[in-house]
Amino acid sequence: MSCIPSKEEMQRTLEARHGKELQAKFTGSTVAICGLGGLGSNIAVSLARAGIGRLILIDFDQVDISNLHRQQYRANQIGYCKTDALKENLQEISPYLDIVTHTVRVEENNLTELLQDADIICEAFDDAEAKAMLVNGVLEKLHMKYLIAASGMAGLGSANSIKTRRVMERFYLCGDGVSDVADDIGLVAPRVMLCAAHQAQMVLRILSGNHEP
Amino acid sequence: MVKINGTELNVSGKTIAEYLATTDYNAMRIAVERNGEIVPKAQYAETVLQDGDSVEIVNFVGGG
Repeated sequence: MSCIPSKEEMQRTLEARHGKELQAKFTGSTVAICGLGGLGSNIAVSLARAGIGRLILIDFDQVDISNLHRQQYRANQIGYCKTDALKENLQEISPYLDIVTHTVRVEENNLTELLQDADIICEAFDDAEAKAMLVNGVLEKLHMKYLIAASGMAGLGSANSIKTRRVMERFYLCGDGVSDVADDIGLVAPRVMLCAAHQAQMVLRILSGNHEP
Repeated sequence: MVKINGTELNVSGKTIAEYLATTDYNAMRIAVERNGEIVPKAQYAETVLQDGDSVEIVNFVGGG
């Protein structure tokens, strides 16, 4: 196996791509990802590649065979905690990334503690009630944070209907708003990844100082 | 008149809980923003919609 580049070499390469000033903003930031399924695992891969300094990864669940069609896990990781499996995969992409993991269910009574160190929070759950709980909780208790949530990315609808919308000054919503997995339309990798990419892109835009979707 | 998700509705004087009861929204799957601020769920029953308010109800569907 060939040896991996040094931390300095990787940092220099990112600076050459993004410019020193912008890369410093990415490297200096902490992003929390709540839920490590189709949205969260794909958001994490994008942000790890962009050179975000620190990721807080939160999920209570384990990798299941039914996750492999859209989530960034491997068949030999079935049964692992998603936090541990994703950390392993991200470290292979970006070995010097600072990763914090919490293998817990996010609830109203622990969300402040779990998320207070984040500059930007990505809501990436699959359950509609969990999504609403997190969004209400963050907007009520952590209103100075940026929050990027997702609703509506199931099925084989058009890629072009996935959008990012700025709902409040610091609250953004990605997705088509209506395609519900409960309607038995399935979830396919590209459309979930599109929505995750919208969320990750909004993270990078906010960090760059551009707050419009 | 109160603007809710872009539509002007004649609901001023109603509380948010009263308005929601006339709709199909599931209160466990929404967030309500009023004039740029979140309305805590615990305040739906006591927040009275005023003439000129702008309200957005964000509805979450499953999948991720």
